[in-house]
Amino acid sequence: MAEPVDALVRFKEVQKSYDGETLVVKNLNLDVARGEFLTMLGPSGSGKTTCLMMLAGFETATHGEIYLDGQAINNVPPHRRNIGMVFQNYALFPHMTVRENLAYPLEVRKLGKAEIEQKIARALAMVQLEAFGDRRPGQLSGGQAQRVAVARALVFEPQLVLMDEPLGALDKQLREQMQYEIKHIHENLGVTVVYVTHDQSEALTMSNRIAVFNDGVIQQLAPPDALYEEPENAFVAQFIGENNRLLGKVQAMNGQTCRVTLDDGGDVEALAVNVDQVGARSTLSLRPERVTINPAADSVPNVFDARVEELIYLGDHMRTRFNVCGHDDFIVKVPNAAGHVVLEPGEVVKIGWKAEDCRALDA
Amino acid sequence: MAQATLDMGVITTVDGTPLKTKLRQAERRNRLRSFGLVFPLLAFIMISFVFPIGDMIFRSVDNPVVAQHLPRTLAALENWDGQEIPDEEVFSVLAQEMRVAAEAREIGKVATRLNYDLPGSRSTITKTARKIRKIEEGPYKEVFIEADKDWGETETWSKLKQVGERYTISYYLAAVDLQRDATGNIISQPENRQIYVPLFLRTLWVSLLITVICLLLAYPIAYLMATLPVRYSNLLIILVLLPFWTSLLVRTTSWIVLLQTEGVLNDILVWIGVISDEGRIQMIYNMTGTIVAMVHILLPFMVLPLFSVMKTISPSYMRAAKSLGATPSRAFWTVYFPNTVPGIGAGSLLVFILAIGYYITPALVGGRTGQLISNFIAFHMQSSLNWGLAAALGGLLLAGVLALYWLYNRVVGIDSMKFG
Ligand SMILES: Nc1ncnc2c1ncn2[C@@H]1O[C@H](COP(=O)(O)OP(=O)(O)OP(=O)(O)O)[C@@H](O)[C@H]1O
Ligand SMILES: [Mg+2]
Repeated sequence: MAEPVDALVRFKEVQKSYDGETLVVKNLNLDVARGEFLTMLGPSGSGKTTCLMMLAGFETATHGEIYLDGQAINNVPPHRRNIGMVFQNYALFPHMTVRENLAYPLEVRKLGKAEIEQKIARALAMVQLEAFGDRRPGQLSGGQAQRVAVARALVFEPQLVLMDEPLGALDKQLREQMQYEIKHIHENLGVTVVYVTHDQSEALTMSNRIAVFNDGVIQQLAPPDALYEEPENAFVAQFIGENNRLLGKVQAMNGQTCRVTLDDGGDVEALAVNVDQVGARSTLSLRPERVTINPAADSVPNVFDARVEELIYLGDHMRTRFNVCGHDDFIVKVPNAAGHVVLEPGEVVKIGWKAEDCRALDA
Repeated sequence: MAQATLDMGVITTVDGTPLKTKLRQAERRNRLRSFGLVFPLLAFIMISFVFPIGDMIFRSVDNPVVAQHLPRTLAALENWDGQEIPDEEVFSVLAQEMRVAAEAREIGKVATRLNYDLPGSRSTITKTARKIRKIEEGPYKEVFIEADKDWGETETWSKLKQVGERYTISYYLAAVDLQRDATGNIISQPENRQIYVPLFLRTLWVSLLITVICLLLAYPIAYLMATLPVRYSNLLIILVLLPFWTSLLVRTTSWIVLLQTEGVLNDILVWIGVISDEGRIQMIYNMTGTIVAMVHILLPFMVLPLFSVMKTISPSYMRAAKSLGATPSRAFWTVYFPNTVPGIGAGSLLVFILAIGYYITPALVGGRTGQLISNFIAFHMQSSLNWGLAAALGGLLLAGVLALYWLYNRVVGIDSMKFG
């Protein structure tokens, strides 16, 4: 991944510890480009919120520097950072109407009355809540409150907006709608967004780039498609999308590819991504949709016998569970296309895949 | 599940009973059960609260003594115009009734009652009664005036007529430093006898002061309790509740130990040389003592409602305000503070109402200048035995508290109040 040319936010060697014993964030280096939608994705407790709070100024970095627009902001208090923030529980002020909530950051900045009115009207129009200006937060539905929270974080036109699991409390349908709306707003305003979630589909649909966190370390930083198709290590492959794992030992390296002997017998030709020497242990990662059933002879280097264990009909495809080389959790997605193979449980068929679809990663 | 059918406009259940009847039957059982559950409390409140208050209010207007002992005199005075002293007929009726009352040893009560409204008239009655018992026959007029020349004044007679009313407002008038003159007009008491209105004002002022001091002291404590990590905040809560585990008397008397002129605080001040040994400060047995001790005792009643409200305020509000550009102090005053108003209201109302009727602490440490209205109510209950006046003072206090409650409800709304 090339360095972003114009970094609005830069984390440089940032470390964070709450108790002086364990590092919650370990040596974070991250650049966020101007206008980018960057998502921090990772399991619970991986340090995403901590990073966001350090950027917003509510936590101090134990070590390292954070730059905003080229300025070190470690010693700038939160209220002078000019960063919009959307909280998980909305944090709308309950004693103020929607309009007063939106006016709050503008009044703090001592804007004129007319200008404030105009900006509020524009912000309410942006989130389609023109008719709700005089309601209190308690009288709004979850989705409406969330929209107000987004509008409030944007109304004072910050260059950077942080969102910490803003859609966590909404139901699935509303969440998908809000994902679309937030994405839309981001594209229209050109504002930079740093977004935190542990929902991978949310991350994939919304982001320009995703930083996958685990245990205080960024495992991979890449655009959604690269993250899905070219995971750099076993954690990312496992965390993003569905994935078949085969464990083995590297037998031979030949340039781009390598030969891996599986623990249960059988040799696999795979793309050498994250293995460096012969004899190293490796996890092979293979996407379920990249497996062909009954491949034409010699079309793929890897062909194995597989017994059908289970078939699940999912409309557009059949999810098929095979037993391959002693692994009985090998998933293959068979598209429901014209002339697809018809399988029966218990049947033994041949399956195969290309070397470049099978990635040899760290063990 | 009963299926509702629409039958000629009346919704009925499957078996044909109207739905409303069925619902009422179902709910009656619930209502009976819940009534059974609250009945013991209800009975307790009736006996210990509603009935005594009702009795007190009745006593504040009840006025049986004179009407009971001098009924014929009062009847004879019915048509008296108040311009000149009554004629011999009235004197002789009064003489007979006084004689009867004196024999029954009841004349003292009549004298005491008249004395409330006409100070100094106790001796008028008792002296005269003694005189009358010695003579058999009238004319009485000269005997009366000879016994006490007050009988020659119309004021004595009009007062006698006034205190003869079966129900009276004179206790309430006395409680607000008013009285009725001979012709029944309401006028204020003489300057040197106006004590209750200043006392009410002082009580209000002191209660207000105590409430404000409690609020100022309690707010930061409650804030810490609500925001510190649990292991520190639990300790704080215990410290706040600790006084509840100690007797009120112990807490009050320990202030005496601390604050008296030969007490700990004065000793320390003398020792470090802030004041000289002769210049020891009088900090107790005056208003200062009352205020200090009452603030200490009422503080938890302010802390707890504040704490319970602050605990519900999410820390993300303050963070949101700061992220929107507000300085910490602005964020506090525009976001945090307004959300604590229900707690401030509840705590202040509680402390103020408790302070306004507080008795034991001012009685112990108030000295002469630190007495509040409740101490005078107690005085009239226990020493002067003027229960009517005590009841009227208590009734006014009750009315004041209710008015305050009403006002609070109108301004802030009782629903938004949180006690804990
Ligand atoms: N105020 C704090 N004091 C001590 N430890 C903390 C504090 N906040 C977070 N931690 C610890 O830091 C680690 C990272 O927490 P963080 O909130 O950043 O995780 P996260 O990635 O946001 O997780 P989630 O997806 O559950 O929100 C966790 O192990 C957590 O226990
Ligand atoms: Mg989090």
